[in-house]
Amino acid sequence: MSTPVPKDPPARQDTAGPGRDGTAGPGRDGTAGLGRDDVAHLARLARLALSDEELDHFAGQLSAVLDAVAQVGKADVADVPPTTHAVPLTDVTRPDVVAPSLPRDVVLAQAPAAEDDRFRVPQILGEEE
Amino acid sequence: MTASTHTGERLVDFGEVLTRYEPVIGLETHVELGTASKMFCGCATTFGAEPNTQTCPVCLGLPGSLPVSNAAAIEATIRIGLALGCRIAPWSRFARKNYFYPDIPKGYQTSQYDEPLCTAGHLDVEVDGETYRVEIERVHLEEDTGKNLHVGGATGRIHGASHSLVDYNRAGIPLVEIVTRPIPGTGARAPEVARAYVTELRDILLALGVSEVRMEQGNLRCDVNTSLAPIGSLEWGLRTETKNVNSLRSVERAVRYEMRRQAAVLDAGGRVVQETRHFHEDTGTTSPGRSKEEATDYRYFPEPDLVPVAPDAPWVERLAAELPELPAARRARLREEWGLSATEMAWIVNAGAVDLVADTVAAGATPADARKWWLGELARRANDAGVELAQLPVTPRQVAELTGLVAAGTVNDQLARQALDGVLAGEGDPAQVVEARGLAVMGESDELVAAVEAAIAGAPDVVAKVRGGKVAALGALVGQVMKATRGKADAPTVRRMLEERVL
Repeated sequence: MSTPVPKDPPARQDTAGPGRDGTAGPGRDGTAGLGRDDVAHLARLARLALSDEELDHFAGQLSAVLDAVAQVGKADVADVPPTTHAVPLTDVTRPDVVAPSLPRDVVLAQAPAAEDDRFRVPQILGEEE
Repeated sequence: MTASTHTGERLVDFGEVLTRYEPVIGLETHVELGTASKMFCGCATTFGAEPNTQTCPVCLGLPGSLPVSNAAAIEATIRIGLALGCRIAPWSRFARKNYFYPDIPKGYQTSQYDEPLCTAGHLDVEVDGETYRVEIERVHLEEDTGKNLHVGGATGRIHGASHSLVDYNRAGIPLVEIVTRPIPGTGARAPEVARAYVTELRDILLALGVSEVRMEQGNLRCDVNTSLAPIGSLEWGLRTETKNVNSLRSVERAVRYEMRRQAAVLDAGGRVVQETRHFHEDTGTTSPGRSKEEATDYRYFPEPDLVPVAPDAPWVERLAAELPELPAARRARLREEWGLSATEMAWIVNAGAVDLVADTVAAGATPADARKWWLGELARRANDAGVELAQLPVTPRQVAELTGLVAAGTVNDQLARQALDGVLAGEGDPAQVVEARGLAVMGESDELVAAVEAAIAGAPDVVAKVRGGKVAALGALVGQVMKATRGKADAPTVRRMLEERVL
């Protein structure tokens, strides 16, 4: 179920993204871990409704995870070339050849609801006024 | 002077916009590649297939499935980049663009973020004899989304819909996104430059054979960015991004509308809101869309299930060497071959008749004849019927045949137009129509001799005049015979026959 995306919070500078050094980012206040607002923002993007208690709970848990991962940042990597992938391969491709698809009844059996041979989803909001 | 749309949006006259503001445009174009199978799985890409019959665990994002890149899609993307003069990255990766929307079954779109396959190209487009260089920021490869069908609202619109139905046949079809840098300095021609860019891009994609580029089937979709700045301002204005612009004409209309709308906002002392807007084909207007999630909200990260793409230099060089002749080079060559001026060639280009004329010449017509028919009689018919030239039910081969019949003297221009009527009505090829309708110019048949003699017998006064030295009076008799034969006689032949008998 999608819900409208609320007005964006103040611009965030520290969301992990490609092009960064791969370390877990510090929170926007400069301290390690995620703040409650960060979790609320992520929850909105993931269309999850979290209570205040849950926000506090997950902020703590996620911060602990990030802190653990942040230890990687302590490693001395000055002489290590950046690793872009865990598998030392490039250009794994397949030829442009059609393979059988799944039968539709099997596909739609995965759907929470189906109608007219399509996946039925609840009203989509927040796209168009 | 301002006007208002039916929705109450205030608009400034287009000409007046340019007296105060300078537009900057930009285009993001999505092209569905014409591969047989999807980007990361072997599902077919057939357009119009029964809903949800072309899906599998990979494109549905089912747990445990692993994507593998389609080699043909990567090659096609590199060829597009090369045709646009791009730098081809020696190292490129896919990324996950995370967002939740029902048309994205995986919860993310596999796309490219900071390491696109192609960067820094350009495309020159011509409007009214002026060349504009459009800088290409990047060309990257991603996958298309599923298709939503909104139920319960008016005319399939999302607004008021009770629920939506999703068909994932399209999800995972390779999609190339071509992004321009902002294009300043186009002034009043901004709408036409936008259209000319998309037209030229479409022609390049067709020449490359990488996509069918059927805009009506959504093979080519444009997002059009428009901003205005006061003339003389050092900064560009805030831009809007108009989505859902799916025809060449709409690209032009969308830019024109946004310029007029934004000028009214700025004139009133307001600020243009940086937002996504929807284009409405029926009214030619735009309306606000969803507030766009910021780039960081997509939480891009490198796709762990796909290894990097590292096109090696010799392969890229070979692809570059094997590019077909591109539209601009072809136009220059044809212009030379046809012996046309730049303006004459521009008329053919603007009429969308380059291929038609070229194919007609290839089928045996002279360039002059091919051009005359397509830009003359056929353009008139297309205009009357409200269709594009290429949609007329006549082939270049048939047009060539028609010009051949005229050149051989089988028909004259007037009879040829009647023969064309028959071809357009589905009566067959020109020669067949001429035969079936009896349109051939009359030879010196008994019927023609009779008509000539009847004309002489019926106008003794004219005959006397001619014999008295007023040879020009013979014209009246020629007219008589042409009328009697309903235009099927050959006028010079008739004149000669009359002279033989009267003088």
